[in-house]
Amino acid sequence: MSPEILAADGGILHSFGFLLAVKIAAVLLVFLTVPLAVGMLEHKGMAHMQARLGPMYAGGFHGWAQLVADGIKFVQKEDVVPDNADRSVFKLAPAVSLLPAMFVLVVIPVGPDIVAEPLDIGLFYALAISSVSVIGMLMAAWSSANKFSLLGGIRGAAQLIAYELPLILSAVSVVILSGTLSLTGIAEAWRWWWLLALAPGIFIFFTSSLAELNRPPFDMPIADSEIIFGHMTEYTGLRFALFLLTEYAGIVVAAGLMTVMFFGGWRGPGPEALGPVWTLAKVFAVAFVVVWLRATYPRLREDQLQKFCWKALIPLALVQLLAVAALKVYVMHGAL
Amino acid sequence: MPGGTGLLKGLSVTLRTMTKRSVTRQYPDVKPVLPPRTRGVIALMEENCTVCMLCSRECPDWCIYIDSHKETVPPKEPGARARTRNILDRFAIDFALCMYCGICVEVCPFDALFWSPEFEYSEYDIRDLTHEKERLREWMYTVPAPPVLDPDGTPAAELVAAEKAEPKVYEAPSLGGGAPVAAPVAAAPAAVEATPAAAAPAEAPAPAAKKPAREHAEIAKEDVGVDQAVFDAAIAAGLPERQARAKAKSAWMKEWKKNNAIEAPSEPEATTAPSPAAGSTEGGGDAAGESGDLKDAEGGPVAGPPDASAASSHDIGEPQIDQEVYDAAIAEGLPDRVARSKAKSAWVKKARKGLA
Repeated sequence: MSPEILAADGGILHSFGFLLAVKIAAVLLVFLTVPLAVGMLEHKGMAHMQARLGPMYAGGFHGWAQLVADGIKFVQKEDVVPDNADRSVFKLAPAVSLLPAMFVLVVIPVGPDIVAEPLDIGLFYALAISSVSVIGMLMAAWSSANKFSLLGGIRGAAQLIAYELPLILSAVSVVILSGTLSLTGIAEAWRWWWLLALAPGIFIFFTSSLAELNRPPFDMPIADSEIIFGHMTEYTGLRFALFLLTEYAGIVVAAGLMTVMFFGGWRGPGPEALGPVWTLAKVFAVAFVVVWLRATYPRLREDQLQKFCWKALIPLALVQLLAVAALKVYVMHGAL
Repeated sequence: MPGGTGLLKGLSVTLRTMTKRSVTRQYPDVKPVLPPRTRGVIALMEENCTVCMLCSRECPDWCIYIDSHKETVPPKEPGARARTRNILDRFAIDFALCMYCGICVEVCPFDALFWSPEFEYSEYDIRDLTHEKERLREWMYTVPAPPVLDPDGTPAAELVAAEKAEPKVYEAPSLGGGAPVAAPVAAAPAAVEATPAAAAPAEAPAPAAKKPAREHAEIAKEDVGVDQAVFDAAIAAGLPERQARAKAKSAWMKEWKKNNAIEAPSEPEATTAPSPAAGSTEGGGDAAGESGDLKDAEGGPVAGPPDASAASSHDIGEPQIDQEVYDAAIAEGLPDRVARSKAKSAWVKKARKGLA
């Protein structure tokens, strides 16, 4: 077949099936590599923050292949399902937990035109889909027939529902400023002064994301030292690895959303072709802060965690929303 | 927000730690730098072991296993009683039980046990952690040499005691003034200053001291031969070389005694051998004799105690004494010992200055 036929309108290159395959391949590629890179960032970054070296052997150079080795190890392990577990639910839970992160990746733009699916309601879609994760977690917790799992699951549900509020409220502030729900549109509407106007919003969104991902210091639901990884207690082998991957994919998604909403996405000095590089750099910068916080802060107690959300974050998010709305109506549109 | 500065401080701590070099030691790849006298493993100076069993009995974990047998040593003088001595067959330490308290090293009266800095001797099987004397002997080569004595320190009590015993040995009239070094203590510095052998104080005076005794003995120790046939047979029987040699020696000695049976009583002076002090030096020299051969051959890093005690009585007459200081101190009415130590330290100080 000649290139003309391939490239022409209606050619194979433009056919729905081909584009779909390319998009799926691209999203899968990102989904399987970037979270591993973030995981490695956590391994090495946290190690050095604790005056350690972290992995040094796997792969030869500073243990770069440690997570690959871990993956191979997990695959080889026996997949144990407890006797009293609700088998089908137990087996399905990791997928329900993991897939939302991959679906959100579909709408996050890495460049002006580089996005798997430019949805007009991208942000709404992202927030809605990522909330599904909590169901996977609850499924795992309840089906495990383990009291630690159940405790962790209930804590997690309470936490995820609580922190969903400030997360959405701060996202709404961005939507008000940009006037669009499309993530590409938000990144294009971004101005540097948003950093100042949305400073509380950045803090709220970031903190709530940490809590949504059960990342320290908001890791009460999985607190390994008291309830033995909560909903993951009974999981082994590949299914356990999927839960771990969920965590890192979640960091990538949260960092990606923050990059697009608050830090201008692909925008940065240099030619536009550097867009994806800028996006990746910003994503890893946010991921680094996530790791940094984990290495620094002790875990919040369950009541402190809830109090912090309801008494500090949500009121602050409401004030931020009011302020942004006032800014939009009275300053930007000159309604005064 | 209350506590906000504390939160920031925490962040700065982790960030600063990240920028510094980590403290991890990459052990198997990079060997650790340990203090020279690290207590890693217990080494055995096999030649010094007399099978006194003290270590084994003092061991709180009962992890030292010793087997031995007795062997007859031909008498030194004809007509004298044959002696027995212990031969070490097995010396093993079970390092799976050992708790590294070091009591065995402390109690060993013959300097046979030492701390070695070696620490990499793990095994895949716990039973292989019982290390036999061959392995323990190998570790001796890693034992650092003993620390140098403080030249300004007071001499050890044993040295002083030996020094006091010295005149008794050489003033014994039966020796007939045949010994050139038999001088009273007070004159010792001057006398030894004249001998150039002072550079090797441990070696030089020892044979001289033995000489008088040997004149009366039937056969000098060095002249004791080895029955080659017996030796070969023993080796063929699979005995260790040391045992074989001992057997061959005793066989030779029996033969020799048979041939010289009549001559033995004709030497009455032999039995009027010197005072107990002299006997002890002789005995010490003898005990060291055989093991001494071995030691020279293997180049053991630590001098055996019998050698040390034999040499010590003559060590005192070291030439490193400032004669002026010594005379002045004596004139002041100080006791001889104090005067000598003063003179010694003065000499050392001078020597150091000269070196610098």
